[in-house]
Amino acid sequence: MNLLGFFSSHRAEILEATLAHLFLVVVSMAIAIAIGVPLGMILVKRARLRAMALGFASVLQTIPSLALFGFLIPLPLLGGIGTRTATVALVLYALLPILRNTVVGLTNLDPAVLEAAEAMGMTETQVLMRVRFPLGLSVVLAGVRTATVITIGVATIAAAIGAGGLGTFIFRGVAMVNDAVILAGAIPAALLALAADGALGLLERKLKVV
Amino acid sequence: MNAKAVDHSEITVAFHAVKYCAPNHTATPILSDITLEIRRGETVVLLGRSGSGKTTLLKLVNRLLKPSAGEISVNGQPTDLVDPIRLRRGIGYVIQEGGLFPHYTVAENIGLVPGLEGWGRDRIEARIAKMMQLVGLELGEFGGRKPRELSGGQRQRVGVARALAADPEILLMDEPFGALDPVTRAELQNEFADLARRLGKTILFVTHDLREAMRVGSRIVMLAGGRIVADAPPSEFLRVDHAEVRAFANSFAMPNEARA
Repeated sequence: MNLLGFFSSHRAEILEATLAHLFLVVVSMAIAIAIGVPLGMILVKRARLRAMALGFASVLQTIPSLALFGFLIPLPLLGGIGTRTATVALVLYALLPILRNTVVGLTNLDPAVLEAAEAMGMTETQVLMRVRFPLGLSVVLAGVRTATVITIGVATIAAAIGAGGLGTFIFRGVAMVNDAVILAGAIPAALLALAADGALGLLERKLKVV
Repeated sequence: MNAKAVDHSEITVAFHAVKYCAPNHTATPILSDITLEIRRGETVVLLGRSGSGKTTLLKLVNRLLKPSAGEISVNGQPTDLVDPIRLRRGIGYVIQEGGLFPHYTVAENIGLVPGLEGWGRDRIEARIAKMMQLVGLELGEFGGRKPRELSGGQRQRVGVARALAADPEILLMDEPFGALDPVTRAELQNEFADLARRLGKTILFVTHDLREAMRVGSRIVMLAGGRIVADAPPSEFLRVDHAEVRAFANSFAMPNEARA
């Protein structure tokens, strides 16, 4: 069966898988941001803990995704087969770029501006919320952007543990040795990644100060 | 000129036997034996070459740095007994290039400390207008601009306006005009000297420029190697018998003056 033929005959199925994929990515990213950004903010003033947290997140990143999914399956509460386990794994992968960029964005600022803020009698929280965060926001967002693109890609592998999404087509296509079926998963996933990258890149430039 | 009634006998900032060592460098103190009393309304210039400790001395006043030994008092209170946030809200701070917040407009930069102090919106707006007038910037033209849309001289004016916004009694200035071209610098120095006399604030002004010291100061304190080596009003400063004073005087002499 040719590619276009497969796409048109499986329109509804592809759309459904794309939405499931998107849902998995959005939920995972929301959780990763909710953990990574506040954690990064807490770590701004704690150098030793910061090194530990970034080291831990880097180690997580080095675990091959298929292996991480495998490790998670036997775990109680977090594990098992399905979307929940996939979400846990995707959150762990997304954490490093978000955490690292939050820390870098909030610490790598003009020292004169930080000194002025302190000398004006701002509390640590005020410096964080009114100076560090707005000035570092575009760098934080760059981390979210990287994490989103990674998550869209890794989420295809989540189909291996029954989480659904576009990976379903890819695994099926590999098993059937059918390129059209593989591409029915790969092309929408690539388009999703490009669209997310473009949209977040636009937002990032908009929020950039100076 | 409506000069404020200022009691010049009152001591606003006092250093007593202060020593400061950088963390991990306790063998070579940056400042030693600093004893200094600054009276209300004085403009004290801290003059010295790079590394003489003048900026360090300035930062000890608002507790950006803590002394290794000795005591510093502001308005009669030892600074280690005061909440540093409260202390700093009462002390204006101006640095080179202004240290303005790039994500805030000029007006927002100036209104920041009054905002932190919980002033009402109308009072803050009135204050912003007054401060901009004070430093010679048109509110309508510049109030809504971001710092990057200003020239160096304008940024420095905003820095001064921001430091004065909450009406602090003390002003700390760390080479505020250092990054400006010579013409703009001279303009700002003269305006500032005039402003300082009118406002009656106690001012500590760091510079390595003898001409600037002469122009803005009512008293020049010279630092060398972390110690005070001269302390005199501008009119008598050049007569102080110290090698560092002579070194500064020579370096600033015009060629024809040097020959004479």
